[in-house]
Amino acid sequence: MKINNLVLQTITKVIVFLILLYAVDLFFAGHYTPGGGFIGGLMASGAIVLLLIVYDIKLVKKIFPVNFIYVTAIGLLISTLTGMIAVLSNKPFLTHFFNKHVHLPILGETSLHTAALFDLGVFLVVVGVTMTIIQTIGEDD
Amino acid sequence: MSILHWVVLSPFLYTLLIPIAYKLMKRVHTGWFVLPLPILLFIYFCSNIGATSNLQAKTESISWIPSLGIDFSVKLDGLGMLFSLLISGIGALVMLYSIYYLDKNKEKINQFYVYLLLFMGAMLGVVLSDNLIVLYMFWEITSISSFLLIGFWNNRSNSRYGAIKSMVITVFGGLSLLAGIILLNIMTGSFNISEIITFVQQESIISHPLFLLGMICILLGAFTKSAQFPFHIWLPDAMEAPTPVSSYLHSATMVKAGIYLVARLSPVFAVSGYWLWIVSLVGIITLLYGSFFAVKQVDLKGLLAYSTISQLGMIMSLLGIGAAGVHYNNESVYYIATAAAVFHLVNHATFKGSLFMMVGIVDHETGTRDIRRLGGLMKIMPITFAIALIGSLSMAGIPPFNGFLSKEMFFASMLNIRDFNMFHLDSWGVLLPIIAWIGSIFTFVYSMILVFKTFTGKYQPEKLSTKPHEAPMGMLISPILLVSLVVIFGLFPGLLSNTILSPAISSIYGGGVYDLHIYHWHGFEPELFMTIGVIVVGTILYLTVRKWTGVYQAFPVIWNSIYNWLFGETENLFNKLTNRYMTGSLRTYLLYIFSFFVLILSYTLFAKDAFTINTARLAPIGGYEVVLSLVLVISTISILFSKSRLTSIILLGAVGYTVSLFYVVFRAPDLALTQLVIETVSVALFLLCFYHLPRNARKKESIPFKLSNAVISVLVGLVVMLIAIASYSTKLFESISQYYVDNTYVKAAGENMVNVILVDFRGFDTLFEIAVLSIAAIGIYSMITLRMGGKKNENK
Repeated sequence: MKINNLVLQTITKVIVFLILLYAVDLFFAGHYTPGGGFIGGLMASGAIVLLLIVYDIKLVKKIFPVNFIYVTAIGLLISTLTGMIAVLSNKPFLTHFFNKHVHLPILGETSLHTAALFDLGVFLVVVGVTMTIIQTIGEDD
Repeated sequence: MSILHWVVLSPFLYTLLIPIAYKLMKRVHTGWFVLPLPILLFIYFCSNIGATSNLQAKTESISWIPSLGIDFSVKLDGLGMLFSLLISGIGALVMLYSIYYLDKNKEKINQFYVYLLLFMGAMLGVVLSDNLIVLYMFWEITSISSFLLIGFWNNRSNSRYGAIKSMVITVFGGLSLLAGIILLNIMTGSFNISEIITFVQQESIISHPLFLLGMICILLGAFTKSAQFPFHIWLPDAMEAPTPVSSYLHSATMVKAGIYLVARLSPVFAVSGYWLWIVSLVGIITLLYGSFFAVKQVDLKGLLAYSTISQLGMIMSLLGIGAAGVHYNNESVYYIATAAAVFHLVNHATFKGSLFMMVGIVDHETGTRDIRRLGGLMKIMPITFAIALIGSLSMAGIPPFNGFLSKEMFFASMLNIRDFNMFHLDSWGVLLPIIAWIGSIFTFVYSMILVFKTFTGKYQPEKLSTKPHEAPMGMLISPILLVSLVVIFGLFPGLLSNTILSPAISSIYGGGVYDLHIYHWHGFEPELFMTIGVIVVGTILYLTVRKWTGVYQAFPVIWNSIYNWLFGETENLFNKLTNRYMTGSLRTYLLYIFSFFVLILSYTLFAKDAFTINTARLAPIGGYEVVLSLVLVISTISILFSKSRLTSIILLGAVGYTVSLFYVVFRAPDLALTQLVIETVSVALFLLCFYHLPRNARKKESIPFKLSNAVISVLVGLVVMLIAIASYSTKLFESISQYYVDNTYVKAAGENMVNVILVDFRGFDTLFEIAVLSIAAIGIYSMITLRMGGKKNENK
């Protein structure tokens, strides 16, 4: 089942980076414009899926030498721990904190949220879950 | 969160570190890493003895589910202190002992310590929480961790059997306890133990129709946990656990949770005559039964298990009699019974803990626990022998050890029972001290068997699998410390009486500090003659034990067979039932789901007369919508007629993309994006699976089959459509969207409402959603990789 599709492969090389960048952009944009951890995660896994289809599983494993089950676990842990921050300061679980006006070097005035951390967990879980499912099914020959 | 909360939670948090410690430090026994925690906890509790002995209970509370009256409130009073000291103190000794008992190279010690810590935290939670629901939660964690520990050597079928048995019985009791707690809440309106007790003191609930039911439910929980007759059958099988576990869970702590519960709730129920009768009768029967059958055992741990059953029965019966003090408002007489119960609780933990460890040593060094193969170990293992001797003499109630003191108090309280004037107790009540006395004789006999059959008599090295020698020092430290406590408490009971015992008693029944004096010499009282009688008759019985063991054949042991029969039958029944409807065909399951869906929803729709059409708020239909709907309908219908799988998948993708276009038209960019990406990924997933699907063409299905499918699908579609129209047409409440419009920026500082709802307003939903996703991923992963593993084995 090995099909050598030169055009697709060449395009993919470029496009995968674009999609990944877009995924990151979606993730960070989430709080103010459409996007967020869930979509960002899906978009990132979309990019990896594209690689999977165009090349093969071995190459993907080479590029992303991570066990996606761990990615899932880490994501879940980040989200839960973000919730625990509030508990430690005697607020209900999952209360978020934010600071609307922060001056960062390079980025200028921006805002910081613990919600973004929580969303990062969601992002990782989504990537981990999709990739775990797809890889295990794909590897099952 | 106060220190006390952290104390309860610390073992749970500590478990997170164990896998790390285990992986990083392979060369150090993980036990050394765990040991500091119980020691620290013990020191913490000791530092609070001053407060509790002045009757200052420490109460801390944080709200958990306030709407249901469930708060994580903890209370450290005299009774809680007594138990906490046992849990942390014996816990520390057991951890130390286990370091030498479990080989770090052969056993899965990382799992062992996780389970043990889980158990310790749960037990601390049980004895310290002041909220019954929280108590129940910890109660069940003790059952689960006990299950895991009993089944620790899960490659042995006996371990699995014992684990399941203890789980079934204690969880049965636990559920009944939950029912009892809820009934108690209905009667008193609170889950908080302190509040319930205050409520009961002001208003009598004894005449409440649910009173008796609630009481029995709670007692069932306590009796199953404390292995009272006839629920005792799980305890001997629990001896399949590693010995440190037996000595910790099954003698010193967990089995006493039931006793704790009875003591804790005595003020609520003790006004009722039923309470004291049920508790004391069940206790005394358990005492007799356990001690009688202990003599028959040939396995040392089995013997100790039955002995534990009987001793727990004894403490239980004492609590029952102590409750009479409340019932008759005659505190001074029955106060001695509660004091005896509390005192024996401590004594039992010390001598039984050390005896279990001693048996563990014998087992470890000789390779067997069978009394018939042991004997003459006295010279080889002198220190172990000394431990066994002191522990057994204390258990048998011989002076000057602590067991003697509590046994004397036990006799004294049993003699007091003649003062009752209920149920013609002036005549029948005589039976109780007699049963107690007979039980004590058998206790004496099995204590003697335990020590003398093991350590004296003929040494039979040919029957032992390994050459016995004295245990290493590390293994001996814990039992030596425990037997020194046996001696110290025996010689100086005053150390405990007003620091720990009295506060415990007064936290059961309230009131001021009782001035408790425990003496060795009361003068020539009836209880002294009873003890002398026990020793004389016991010695005779022990010496002639071979001649009368035939008696046991007259008592068939039926309780285990009843359990096995019940368990087996239930399993069969449900197997049959499940096999009936779990056919393994996906279509059948979908049929169940969809027909249920259609039936329930359409019934509700018509029964509630809920179907209305209101066209007032409908938006105009534009060109896009028409086109998209047409595409949607056409592609859906063409799936039905497509011959190849690939076409079906692509058509399905088309349906999904059209839906996302709908979102675009309706201006929901977030949803559209999600739907688009989801569709892409799932089509890719389908294509990946495509390769694995069987190649055969679509089967020609029969017409009735197709018809039934058609009927179901049409009905589902119809119902969904009706509900959609009806729900759009009825507006019972103002839409919540305005709230989000108002608050999204103010409260969460975000402008994308969907995202803010996901991460902030409904963050809990999202958290659980990703948890579910992860579980699904792990499920798929393990299913597929396991199957692959199976395949590989087949190939070999």
